Amino acid sequence: MATQLVMYEEEFHRINAVCDRLTKDANAKVVFLVDKNGQLISAAGQTHNIDTTSLASLTAGNVAAMGGLAKLIGENEFPNQFHEGAKDSLYMTLVGGRVVLVVIFDNRTSLGLVRLRIKKASDELEKIFIALAARSSAPGAGSPFAEISDADIDNLFSE
Amino acid sequence: MSFINYSSREINCKIVYYGPGLCGKTTNLQYIYNKTNPETKGKLISLSTETDRTLFFDFLPLSLGEIRGFKTRFHLYTVPGQVFYDASRKLILKGVDGVVFVADSQVERMEANIESMDNLRVNLAEQGYDLNKVPFVIQYNKRDLPNAVSEEELRNVLNPRGVPDFPGVAPTGVGVFDTLKAVAKLVLTELKKGGQ
Ligand SMILES: Nc1nc2c(ncn2[C@@H]2O[C@H](COP(=O)(O)OP(=O)(O)OP(=O)(O)O)[C@@H](O)[C@H]2O)c(=O)[nH]1
Ligand SMILES: [Mg+2]
Repeated sequence: MATQLVMYEEEFHRINAVCDRLTKDANAKVVFLVDKNGQLISAAGQTHNIDTTSLASLTAGNVAAMGGLAKLIGENEFPNQFHEGAKDSLYMTLVGGRVVLVVIFDNRTSLGLVRLRIKKASDELEKIFIALAARSSAPGAGSPFAEISDADIDNLFSE
Repeated sequence: MSFINYSSREINCKIVYYGPGLCGKTTNLQYIYNKTNPETKGKLISLSTETDRTLFFDFLPLSLGEIRGFKTRFHLYTVPGQVFYDASRKLILKGVDGVVFVADSQVERMEANIESMDNLRVNLAEQGYDLNKVPFVIQYNKRDLPNAVSEEELRNVLNPRGVPDFPGVAPTGVGVFDTLKAVAKLVLTELKKGGQ
C-alpha cells in the first residue's frame, strides 16, 4: 500500500506559519493547504464561513481531474490553476507533487502579487514536506496505532 | 492512504463505495447522511448529472469518535458506476484505505456486477493496490426486489474469498451501517498493523 501521510507537531507549526504569512504577504482572504487525496492540512485567514472539509475534497477532485486531462494531452501535470470569479478568485499550485496550495483573494490584491508570494511559500513548503517524509520513513517511526487493541476498535462502534 | 496528524490528534481515512451503475452507492451515503448527528458529519457533496447519476463523486465526511485520544474521521466517496466514467473512477481510488463493493442483487445486473468487480481489481492494481489485501467488504443491495437472486448465489460469484458481506436495502437503511462499520473496522485494524 502507498505510504500514509503523517504530520508531526514541529512540521505542522512550520506549515501553519507559512500559510499564515502567505495570507498576509499576498493580502489574500484565505489560504488552504490540501493533500492530493483530499485531506485538509492547514487553513489560514478568514476561514470561518467556508466549509473547509468540502473545499479540500473538491480541490483534490479538481486537481486529480486536471492531472488526468494533462496526461491525456501529453503533459505531466498542470502545476498551476487560476479561476477568476466576479468577486473572489482562486489560485491553486501543486507543491512537491503531493499537496496543493490554494489561495482565495479579491480585488484588494493582484494576481501578480499573489503569484509571487505563492512561489516563495511553495518553495518553503516543499522543504518542510521533504523533512516530513524523511521523518516518517525513519526507522522506528512505526505505526502510532500499533498499541491500539481490538477492544479499542470495537468500543468505537459500541453505541 | 490515511492521514495522521499528531499535532491536532486526528486520523483521516478514505473509504470508497464501488459498484455498477444504479446499484445504490449514492443511496448508501444519503442514508448515512440522513441518520447521523449534525455534529458528527459534514456536508454531503454530490457531483451528479441532471438525472441524479453520479458524474464524478459523492463525498461525505464523518467523525466516528476517538481512539486513544485521536479523533477518527472517515471520508466516504462513491464512484460513478456508469461504464464510460472509468477515468474518474481511477482518480477517486487514489489514496483509498478501504473499499465497499455495492452489488445490485437483480438477476439482470449480475453481469454488470461481475464487470464492475473486475474493473475494481484492475483499477486498484493500476494504483499499486491488491484487492486481496485492501480492507474490503461487500453489500448485496436491493434485497427488496422480486427479481433478486439469492444471497448464496451472489456470494458464490462475487465473494469467493469470503470477505465480510451484508444484505442491503439502501433506501430504508437495511445493512447500510453494518457495511460501513465493517469496512471502518478493517481499515483501523490495518492501521494497527502499520499499513505497510
Ligand atoms: N428497490 C430498491 N431501490 C434502490 C435500492 N438502492 C437504491 N435504489 C434505487 O436505485 C436508484 C439508483 O440509486 P443510486 O444510489 O443513485 O445508484 P448509484 O450506484 O449511485 O448509481 P451511479 O451514480 O450511476 O453509479 C435510485 O432510484 C435508488 O432509489 C434498494 O435497495 N432497493
Ligand atoms: Mg451515484
